Amino acid sequence: MGKVIVVTSGKGGVGKTTSTAALGAALAQNGDKVVVVDFDVGLRNLDLVMGAERRVVYDLVNVIQGEAKLPQALIRDKRVETLYLLPASQTRDKDNLTPEGVEKVVAALKKAFDWVICDSPAGIERGATLAMRHADVAIVVTNPEVSSVRDSDRIIGLLDSKTLKAENGERMEKHLLLTRYDPTRAERGDMLKVDDVLEILSIPLLGIIPESMDVLKASNLGSPVTLADDSSAPARAYFDAVRRLKGEAVPVTVPGEKRGFFGKFFGRKAA
Amino acid sequence: MNLFRLFSKPQSAPAARERLQVLLAHERAGTAGADLVSKLRDEILKVISRHMQIDQDKVNVKMERGEKMSTLAVDVELPFDAAKAAIAKKKAA
Repeated sequence: MGKVIVVTSGKGGVGKTTSTAALGAALAQNGDKVVVVDFDVGLRNLDLVMGAERRVVYDLVNVIQGEAKLPQALIRDKRVETLYLLPASQTRDKDNLTPEGVEKVVAALKKAFDWVICDSPAGIERGATLAMRHADVAIVVTNPEVSSVRDSDRIIGLLDSKTLKAENGERMEKHLLLTRYDPTRAERGDMLKVDDVLEILSIPLLGIIPESMDVLKASNLGSPVTLADDSSAPARAYFDAVRRLKGEAVPVTVPGEKRGFFGKFFGRKAA
Repeated sequence: MNLFRLFSKPQSAPAARERLQVLLAHERAGTAGADLVSKLRDEILKVISRHMQIDQDKVNVKMERGEKMSTLAVDVELPFDAAKAAIAKKKAA
């Protein structure tokens, strides 16, 4: 039986889709069988970030409405053969996402895959609550920024009340993934520090993804960042996050900037 | 123009631009949806099933949208005995 993960945040634009693609690809690159599922009906983007946008025929809503069988809607990645995508519908109303339908699809995916990673839409509406409903583990994506931290706190509340696990009185496993972290600005005191965010949200840290051009480049090319350049700083951070997700004790390092010759001497205090 | 760029890795922005142009052209034209593909699939299957029995679940439809043209691939699994049965039926008739 596979594990169901929801990647969620409340706030939009913090890196849910990027992280879903990167974590999914990283797990599959290690040989696990992975499916990433886009729950953002009407505004799908996981297909674009995964580089599969030209190959979408059927989607989650088609499967739920019985217009296509699940295997027909799954798109196999061209680079990693154990990685699959189930796209969201672009044209349908999100009301087509029914709790019963989602339950059936997630149950079927759990049987066939080691990991089912659900990319939640922003907000706290139907799409977001349905994406988290069947999760075994939640990854809360947060930027070191006040509105993102506040929305994450709200989402943590929903994870502890609106999920199946919570309703059954079980504890929902939650992890914090801090993205777009800029060490220079944090050092300068202009950005919330890792410990600040951890103290406020008080859930365990899965990883810190540095703000990086590599992330933008990867999405330009339609490739998860772990596939586009597996030695880049964000890719390495995602690979470490995946090892922690699998239970390995990997110490978290706060990403430090690579400084040039002058930076080494003048970098820290000069700014 | 940065001379160093000529020798560095290819830029990713042109790729992003091209991908978006193709995608949006298809989405605006309305050929991106599953409705057309489903219609095509149903009609193609109807023609095939006139000649042999096929399992509707053993049918795979693939689409690749391109700039100048798209390709539609319909994979139909044809069971051997079903083909034989169809021939036998024709002979008997």
